[in-house]
Formats: sequence, C-alpha cells, structure tokens
Amino acid sequence: MLKYTEDHEWLRAEGDEIVVGITPHASEQLGDVVFIELPEEGREVAAGDEVVVIESVKAASDIAAPVAGVITAVNTALADAPGQVNDDALTAWFFRIKPTDASAMDGFMDEDAYQALIG
Amino acid sequence: MTDDPRRTPLHDLHLSLSARMVPFAGWEMPVQYPTGVMAEHLHTRAQAGLFDVSHMGQVVITPQDGDMAAAALALERLIPADVLGLAPGRQRYGLFTNDAGGILDDLMFANRGDHVLLVVNAACAEQDIAHLQTLGGVTVTPVTDRGLLALQGPLAAAVLARLVPAVAAMRFMDSRILDWDGVELWVSRSGYTGEDGFEISVPEARLRDFAQALLDQPEVAPIGLGARDSLRLEAGMPLYGHDMDADVTPAQAALGWSIPKARRAGGARAGGFPGADAVLAELAAGPAMVRRGLRPEGRAPIREGVAIFAGPEGGSPIGHVSSGGFGPSVGGPIAMARLPADLPDGATVHAELRGKRIPVAIAPLPFVTPSYKR
Repeated sequence: MLKYTEDHEWLRAEGDEIVVGITPHASEQLGDVVFIELPEEGREVAAGDEVVVIESVKAASDIAAPVAGVITAVNTALADAPGQVNDDALTAWFFRIKPTDASAMDGFMDEDAYQALIG
Repeated sequence: MTDDPRRTPLHDLHLSLSARMVPFAGWEMPVQYPTGVMAEHLHTRAQAGLFDVSHMGQVVITPQDGDMAAAALALERLIPADVLGLAPGRQRYGLFTNDAGGILDDLMFANRGDHVLLVVNAACAEQDIAHLQTLGGVTVTPVTDRGLLALQGPLAAAVLARLVPAVAAMRFMDSRILDWDGVELWVSRSGYTGEDGFEISVPEARLRDFAQALLDQPEVAPIGLGARDSLRLEAGMPLYGHDMDADVTPAQAALGWSIPKARRAGGARAGGFPGADAVLAELAAGPAMVRRGLRPEGRAPIREGVAIFAGPEGGSPIGHVSSGGFGPSVGGPIAMARLPADLPDGATVHAELRGKRIPVAIAPLPFVTPSYKR
C-alpha cells in the first residue's frame, strides 16, 4: 500500500526499505521532465535533505528525503529516460532508502488523505 | 497598471481547450494545453501551431499630411532601421533605442501603403506608444479592437490558404490586407518560431470564429507560451526583458543586422536616432560582449541567471544566462548569454549549476535552421 508525503512523493515499503517516487499529480504539475539528477548510493541523508533534482521544460524542482536513512539504490534508467516520470509516475521510482527508524512510514498520508490534499 | 490581468478575446476558448492560464506581461495567457510544452513544440515544427498573441501591441502610424516618406523619416528618428526604403506590402524588424544606446523594445513594422503598422511587445506597449507620441507629423493610433494570432509551422501556409487562398502568393515578411468571410485580416508572413508561418490580425468580434476555423483544420493544434518560448529559443531569437533590455545595445544583443548601411556612419541617413553615437561606434568597433548560443554538456538545462565562468573552477563570472531551457527539437539543453566576443564558436566555458561547474560549448545561433519562404 502506498503512502504519500505533502511534497507529492509516493512511498512504498519493501522489506526494511522504502521505495520513493513522485505522484502522477506532481508529474502533471511539473510538465515534461527532461533531466533527473539522482543521489549517490550509500549516501546517508536526514529527513528533508534534497536528494533528487528534477528539471522539467518549465522549471527545476527538488525531491527531499522523506525520512532519515541511507540511500540503498537509485533508478539509473530514469537519468537516461526522464520522460518515464510523465509516462507512468507510479512505476518511475527514484531511489530506495533504508530508514534509520523502522516505523518511519507510519506518519505519512494514506491514499484517501492524499486525494483530499490534492482535491 | 491594474492588478487584474487583462484577458484576450480568446480567453473562453483557451478555457474550453483546458489551457493552463498564467499571468504574463499584465495579461492572463495560456502557457500550455493538456498535451504539454514538448508535444506542442514538436507539433509546431512538424505541422502547424496556433498561438494567441493578442497581448502584443498593434499600433498604426498615419502621416498627418498623407506623406508616407515623412512618416517613415519620423519613425527613423526612434528606430535605427531603413523605414524609408521599405516597399509597400513589406515588413521589417527593428528596435527602439534610448539615449544611451540601450534597447527600449523590439518590433515589427510594415508599410501598408498609406500608414505603417507596428507590432510591439505587450510589456512595452504603453511606453512605446508614449514614445511614438513624441513624434511630430504623425498620428499614433493604438489598435484596440483587434486580436492577433500566429499560425506557425511547415503546414501553416497550406492550412491558411484553405481559408484565405491569397496567402499562398505571399513571401517571408510580406504584409497584406486580405478578406476572410467578410472580415478584414491583416496578414504578415512572419513569426517567432523559426518556422514558416503567419501573424494574422483579426477584428475582435470575429477572432474566435477565425481561430476556431483554423483549429478545425486537422493539422492545427493550439500552442501556449511555454512552447512559444522554446521555439524562439531554438530559433536563436532574443526575448525582450531577458536577452536584451534598456542596458543592452543592438551590437551586444547581436541585432546589428537590423541596422542597415543607410543608418550607419557614412550612410545616406546615418544616425539621427536616440543613442546613435554610442550604437554606431560600437557596431563599427565590434562589441566586447555579445549574445551567443550555448550547448551544455549532458541533459541539465541552464536557465536564466545561471553564472558562466571561463574555467572549471575559481574566477569571476564572465556572463550570465539570459534565456535557457530544454530544446525539444535539439533534444538537449540550449541557452543564450552575453559573453566576451573574442571567444570562438566551439570554445568551452562553464556554467555553475547547484554548486557544480558544467562544461558548456559556445554554439552558433540559431540552434535549428529556419524554413522561411523567401
């Protein structure tokens, strides 16, 4: 089951890791994505650290680490084909993070709460 | 200026097409339609795109005594171009300069037999009109009852000719008054995309009908300001307020080509416009800094304001990006900046992006080859 952040990221728990992407709503707002800069694997991050840069035809924006932890994998295919984010935002994952706090997912919005947020 | 942005006569049409509307130069304009900037850009390069550019200022200059030569000479006191030598039915590009030689606005002007039609930037229109009203011997009439459309792309001529057959005989920079369904259209074969195409001034009361008649053609899609910007950037065209302004001279903006021999030192009508001494001296000597094209390495766009350095580390900026983004037809990031004129095409400079320096090649403009019908 997906959880969501107020910054329009989706989070999916897989084992003791969290997979992170952006929501279709966010990708629609960004417009055509033309460049993505991913973090280094193994990087230790605090919640709120800017870890991904997304450039669309319109503007640059950042994705923050939703929780503190260690980046365990990044989706290098996205760097070569950033348009995947527009094609299918829910499969275009950006990175996996192993949270410092195992209960880190608990505080985020569920689907209903996120839908209410974006109206 | 009021706080509420103005709306073009096509506002409801944009909403019905699900456009995303944004404030722009005091107007509420469509930045994109649901297909998005990339698809709109590529559609314009492949077929025909319809742009609402009704925010732009249209101004008629009429000689008070019927003498067009006198009106042309009056305009030449503000515009360092050859207005006098412009034949009826033809259009040219020009600049308004200030006393320091900076650019107040860029414009198109057309000789329409008994008057001159100007098209100026929306953000500058009010100031341009006040500036024109300082001229003696001419009547300055802002056109307030017409909208302006641009139809651009390789199929624009074929599409428009279905509605207005006479456009087929027009050449690049021709300007004609033509009829469509009892409506007087002011048509020029020109645009701001690097593609063949037309700008069409239409009476407000029939603007939506005409726009709809164009949109009903299968090759035509509505295009927003987002793609208008990426198209003109690929075409190497400067945007006023970004690539040039009151502190940038014609030579620095790489627009010296718009100032013909007749207006330069030793020409038949040399000087006689604001800032002429500075403008002409700099054109003769060559500017120290000039607008150049930039191709960053990799995929990251470098946008307006990004600092450009000579080397990969240290030093002071040698310039700043004045326009930049992703070029959908180029397939990569492109930009423009004023940089030292002695750097050759192909030279590598460095853009500082998020604390890192990215190699950037100086590239000739335009980034795509125009396809005008000359």
